[in-house]
Amino acid sequence: MLTFVLRRLLFLPFVFFGVTLFIVLLMQLLSPYQRAAAFVQSEQQARNIPSIIEQYGLTDPWYMQYGRWVGELLQGNMGYSRTTSEPVLTTIRKRFPPTLELALFSILPIIGVGIWFGTTAALNRDKFIDQFTRVISIIGWSLPSFVLGIWLLVIFYGGLGWFQPGRVSTRFVIELAGGAGFERYTGMLTIDALLNGRLDVFWNAFMHLVLPVITLATVSSAQIMRVMRSSLLDVLSQDYVRTARAKGLEERAVNNKHARRNALIPVITLSGFVLIGLINGVVITETIFNYPGLGQWAAQAAVNLDYAAVLGFAVFTAIAVVFANLLVDVLYGIIDPRIRYD
Amino acid sequence: MADIAPDTELSGVPQQESTRGIGGWWRSKTMKRFRRNPLALTGVVVVFSFVLVALFAPLITDLGRSCLRDLGLSAATQYDYRNPAKPAFWQAIFAAPGGCYNTPREGFSPVPRSAAESGTLLGTTSGGYDIFYGLIWGTRTAFRIGLLVVGISLLVGLIIGSISAYFGGWVDNILMRFTDVIIAVPALVLALVIVMVLGKSITNIMIAIAIVAWPNYARVLRGDILRVKEQDYVQSAKALGRRGFGVIFKHILPNAIGPMVVIASLDIGSIVLTAAALSFLGLGTDPGYADWGQMISFARDWILGPPGDPLRYWFVSFWPGLIIVIFVLGWNLLGDAFRDVLDPRSS
Repeated sequence: MLTFVLRRLLFLPFVFFGVTLFIVLLMQLLSPYQRAAAFVQSEQQARNIPSIIEQYGLTDPWYMQYGRWVGELLQGNMGYSRTTSEPVLTTIRKRFPPTLELALFSILPIIGVGIWFGTTAALNRDKFIDQFTRVISIIGWSLPSFVLGIWLLVIFYGGLGWFQPGRVSTRFVIELAGGAGFERYTGMLTIDALLNGRLDVFWNAFMHLVLPVITLATVSSAQIMRVMRSSLLDVLSQDYVRTARAKGLEERAVNNKHARRNALIPVITLSGFVLIGLINGVVITETIFNYPGLGQWAAQAAVNLDYAAVLGFAVFTAIAVVFANLLVDVLYGIIDPRIRYD
Repeated sequence: MADIAPDTELSGVPQQESTRGIGGWWRSKTMKRFRRNPLALTGVVVVFSFVLVALFAPLITDLGRSCLRDLGLSAATQYDYRNPAKPAFWQAIFAAPGGCYNTPREGFSPVPRSAAESGTLLGTTSGGYDIFYGLIWGTRTAFRIGLLVVGISLLVGLIIGSISAYFGGWVDNILMRFTDVIIAVPALVLALVIVMVLGKSITNIMIAIAIVAWPNYARVLRGDILRVKEQDYVQSAKALGRRGFGVIFKHILPNAIGPMVVIASLDIGSIVLTAAALSFLGLGTDPGYADWGQMISFARDWILGPPGDPLRYWFVSFWPGLIIVIFVLGWNLLGDAFRDVLDPRSS
């Protein structure tokens, strides 16, 4: 397992190399002025672009520029984001925790709802709950985040006033920014609030997460539901399940020990795609709900032609995806002992 | 779709009776199973309805001024596009000029107006753009995006995939590692980068999605070709002295490409969705261009109505959203049924 993990980590520099190379080649379509954005580190430098062009030789051939840009990246200089008026790395550090928080909260319903409904549907094949699950999953699967998010806002914010967009209500913002008595341990507001013993802040932040989480989780949990159902149906017709029943095992033990675990394998395969879907979804969802995470920043930056920010975000997500896939592969090994990485 | 029958062996569908032609295809086991599936039929009906809407858009909506001008119609002849005897009718259907994609404006009100207030079928967005017109002509935009992107990325995937599979060795290695890299970055993020660099426009959105989409096709096709390559008839063609691309074009591709085209065409739904998402984020067309993503992006500013009437602007988000959801639903149902039919295990 360890060698496998190490080998997969060797893929990381490769992805980094590939993605950055692709971006640099793409950037050759831009003028040196626009490319200079990726090297600016402060407001002051941003006002003096020609000197940046000269300093970094942005009129040099592309491979020279590539070497220099990657060199800067590796030293942690990802340029300056005009959208947030601070270095890209600072913004990523600041905005990653909220996005992670949103993603973590979404994973719970994706897995819980998806697997529970999928299992129940398969065990009650062609009964009402099965038909219901199938209809729900087909509809959920077809609700794109930018439609669902807007609809949820219109109904539950506009119509009913139960939830608000944003991350936390304005009455807490000043207090939380001032830092007086509120320690930011993780940057994830719900967790920090609990650690600080502030239930009011926790509840407020949690309520702000409800609609974005539904928006993010719907499509993915519908997919998991479908895969779980068909995979469990598949497993239930296998010989070893029949054998388990024949030797007199209780139905519950057959389902949990023999069937469900094997049925999870395709679901784990799917979870790699779900993670990529989450990153795509985060860009849209955060934009709709005005949630101050990486996705909202990236979308805004793309509209503002804030090159350094979008490139930084792309490199960051590529690396995140490699780690996520690694996690999925490790999970594989835990669930399915037949898979050996050597 | 009629091409499915000849490559049954490859796609793993059980060997069918050797009846050729449309009749045989229609009566084949595969199609029977497909026809008996009510969800699949719903998908077919939905997608087909959208095709009809796109095709007959000029007959469904009243054309705007810029469209009439581009069609060369004056005030006296302005209803010619409804008359099949006039060339304008055919031009509007098969080669609509750019002006027809400009959504006409009912007044210039900065706030959305409901159907009753504006005298349009579904209401207007801020700026007075007619929602109904935007959605109907947006169907055309959607199909154009879907078909073009599928076509381009399929072609690129075909070329790269066959080169990779046929030559193998380091060529294969480099090309496949390149696809690895593109697949490693989430599609929307990569498309975001590409559109930003190329500039905001619907054409660049299409280019971006094609760049993101081709690696998948290249990989599937590579796998298929590798399988076909080992078949006896390819070996005999080689033994007979055929070399290089001759073998690829004459013997391998025709047998590997069928399922590929089906899979790719089923991607139209998700491609349209990605394009709409980019357009929704503000990277798409100029204001007023008939495009679903833009139509629903108007709703972003009109979530909340005036005090006392919070749901006042519901139509700005409801109608575009509904159309997009039904469209995606149709493709999902269709795709699901097809994958079922093509899946060798479900026989």
